[in-house]
Amino acid sequence: MYGRKVKLRFFFIVAIILSVILSVFLVLKSLEENVVYFKSPSDIKSLGKFGNEKIRIGGMVKQDSIKIKSNQVNFIITDLKSEINVTYSGVVPNLFSEGKGVVAEGYLKDKIFFEATKILAKHDENYMPPEVKAALENK
Amino acid sequence: MFKFFNPSKIFLITSKAPKYVMILFVMVFSIGLLEALIFSPEDYKQGDSVRIMYVHVPAAWISLGIFSSITFLSLCGYIFKNMNLFLIAKSLAPSGLLFNIVALVTGSIWGKPTWGTWWAWDARITSMLILGLFYLMFLIAWRIYEDKEKVLRITTIITILGIINVPIIKYSVDWWNTLHQPASINILSKSSIHSSMLFPLLIMTAAFVLFSLLIFLMKYNTELIKIKNKGLDRL
Repeated sequence: MYGRKVKLRFFFIVAIILSVILSVFLVLKSLEENVVYFKSPSDIKSLGKFGNEKIRIGGMVKQDSIKIKSNQVNFIITDLKSEINVTYSGVVPNLFSEGKGVVAEGYLKDKIFFEATKILAKHDENYMPPEVKAALENK
Repeated sequence: MFKFFNPSKIFLITSKAPKYVMILFVMVFSIGLLEALIFSPEDYKQGDSVRIMYVHVPAAWISLGIFSSITFLSLCGYIFKNMNLFLIAKSLAPSGLLFNIVALVTGSIWGKPTWGTWWAWDARITSMLILGLFYLMFLIAWRIYEDKEKVLRITTIITILGIINVPIIKYSVDWWNTLHQPASINILSKSSIHSSMLFPLLIMTAAFVLFSLLIFLMKYNTELIKIKNKGLDRL
């Protein structure tokens, strides 16, 4: 029902789209290391060796692990499999709290010790009013 | 097959409709703002900064939706050699770019008090910025090329390259570790946003859709007037 030219153009477009998808996929695959914004403590554990470059570690702040002395904050980032001790001096964001997500930027001293130069709080996808949160906790 | 795309009939609609769309937009937008800024509760964790979400999320949705639409229209326009579809795509693009910028700016304003940073080069934010660049390229291509055939070819290529980015934006938060949180609203499974916050979000989305429609009708009307002035009776 359509002319030959219309069909030709259709298959031409399909071929272009497929090849672009393939090339973008390959590029992203090879750049995966750089696309991820942070590494988890388990990634760090399985790391063979580490250099002196700045990295980001993300996970959850372990319950009862935040210790504040003068202007230094110590806490533990966990992904429930591995843990990393973090020290940081400076201001932490408002949403930084125990049991919540965090991303720390800085340098690895060794495999379980991390010196952060910047702390970012990671917000999760849950949105609810305080009353609902309270009701959930009472359950 | 595109007989119903009769310019003079469309012109009747596009020259009258903006007035009514405008009234509807103002109504829905005021209800949306009241709901979002006053009647909706604050968040248990973020407090009042959750209200930025009511602008941020609809803006991001619409900018993705419009890019998908202009890609579909450009491809159909290219395959069936239909100029009208290209004009519709061209008229849709400005509001898409506008909402893309709105999403980036409001995200930045939300990011500072919540994450502790204005900007992060994570996958979601970077891919959204790239979408903005594709919108810019698309609009600039329409401006700088005089030759009609050339414009159509180049804008089609831009939309093909840009559309690959759309699923990347959507799934970036699931595929990679990102600072940006994953989606709260899922069609298939339970949403992790409370209904009292979902309601204003949906009203604001409707308001922004109406706004895009308004801008589109005005832009499209201009395109039709241009054609009329050239003395062409068909597209």
